Amino acid sequence: MSTEMLRVTEIEALSPLVKRFRFEHPRGAKLPLFSGGAHVVVEMPDGDVLRRNAYSLISDPQDGSGYEIAVRREDGGRGGSRFMHACVRQGDMLRISAPLNLFSLDMRARKHVLIAGGIGITPILAQMRQLLRMQGRFEVHYAARARSEAAGLRLLPRLPHIHAHISDEGNRIDLGAILDRQPIGTHVYTCGPEGLITAVAQCAERLGWPRGSLHSEVFLAPPPGRSFEVTLARSGRTITVGPHQSLLEALEEAQVEIDWSCRGGACGRCETEVVSCHGRIEHHDHWLSEDEHSSQAKIMPCVSRFRGKELIINR
Amino acid sequence: MPATKFTPSIASRPVYGGLKSHGAVPALMLANGPGGEALLELIKADPSVLPHTYMIYIPEGCDLGRSLEACGPASFFEAASYASILPRFRKLLADAGMNTRLYLAGTEGLIGQATSEALAAGMLLEAIDAEHRGSVARRMQCVHCKGITENVTTDPFTCSHCGLTLFVRDHYSRRHAAFQGVCVDAETPGEIPPRQEIKA
Repeated sequence: MSTEMLRVTEIEALSPLVKRFRFEHPRGAKLPLFSGGAHVVVEMPDGDVLRRNAYSLISDPQDGSGYEIAVRREDGGRGGSRFMHACVRQGDMLRISAPLNLFSLDMRARKHVLIAGGIGITPILAQMRQLLRMQGRFEVHYAARARSEAAGLRLLPRLPHIHAHISDEGNRIDLGAILDRQPIGTHVYTCGPEGLITAVAQCAERLGWPRGSLHSEVFLAPPPGRSFEVTLARSGRTITVGPHQSLLEALEEAQVEIDWSCRGGACGRCETEVVSCHGRIEHHDHWLSEDEHSSQAKIMPCVSRFRGKELIINR
Repeated sequence: MPATKFTPSIASRPVYGGLKSHGAVPALMLANGPGGEALLELIKADPSVLPHTYMIYIPEGCDLGRSLEACGPASFFEAASYASILPRFRKLLADAGMNTRLYLAGTEGLIGQATSEALAAGMLLEAIDAEHRGSVARRMQCVHCKGITENVTTDPFTCSHCGLTLFVRDHYSRRHAAFQGVCVDAETPGEIPPRQEIKA
């Protein structure tokens, strides 16, 4: 994956928990343009651990002067967002991957409805900027618990088709009202907690929408768990995955070459064949099908873990 | 007349899955000729599809209009040709919502043209049900003059626009809702193979 060292040129607190970071090329060169919904992977050298987290780009996709991301501090997380909040300073250099989009707008749509919950506003911001440039027909619905938590509010223009639904103020998002009576050619993009994505899917199904008009993205942080061992079929080596480490990170630490992209169970790039499994794979990805999950013949090392006697993978 | 069965030999030809009820959601039904029978069977299988249905029927010699109207759709309209209902169909699509279903039944030409119209309006393919009933005649586009010749039943045939003798290719374009016709005697003018009936 192509990466570049970029300079942190701006850090701004958008809310008590969310900071906006801007990255620019150290010599002012133009960065590759992207499309709304794209993400980059940020490398974070934190002591002797190298963390890599995917963040959606929130800046204008047509503006190559810099990339911007918004990071929510997850105190219960594995430390990536804490590192971004506590250790990164203006002027620092960080390694950033080229943008990649797993959540792009469907250009056949006649109308786009963008629904965001909480920090899920990030890819929606870039999609919105793209639609503003294209003069596309769209609505934004941004749901948050409280105004103080709604970091995206400051980045959303005040337009009649951009709505904030703040549940503390008695203005809870009403999906039925949003989805009912939309014209044909409408596509819906949801980013946020799993509960919101499921609620949109269920509401759309109840109203008789075709499934293909629904798009969503959830990035998972690799969930922590118990430490486990994995045997690599090609070398015969056995490696240990720590409680706060993902299998992908353990493979990288052991210098095993493995392709990856989103590191969040969505893109399918690191899919790995299971040679033998005595125990249960804890699948956390959105890539493999339910049948593939239950067959235990494949694993997504970026987010999934293992519990049991022995796991041998084809790496 | 039962649903038309094709030999699966033409890779580019769409496979029509038949009409299946999607329940009491807003629906547009469009049929020509024996396609009316497919609508009658659909309604018989699930009468709940009717109350929110706008139905258009093009008889083309079949006398099914009265039976279809008697079923009691929300609205019924009968017309002589696809060309004459096109403005009405476009208006119905423009006013349709995301929960609208489209049921198409009849000739391949009707299904293809109405499908590409609905897709252009933003409808998804999965919201469209289609069933082929009636003739296996093909809607042909001349690759030379681009003119469309309807109801072609022989191979080769004469382009109704430029007059070239065209070979019927097994190459279907969803965008044009037509098969391709290519000049059959371009290399050796006047040497035209005998006409054969198109059987599939």
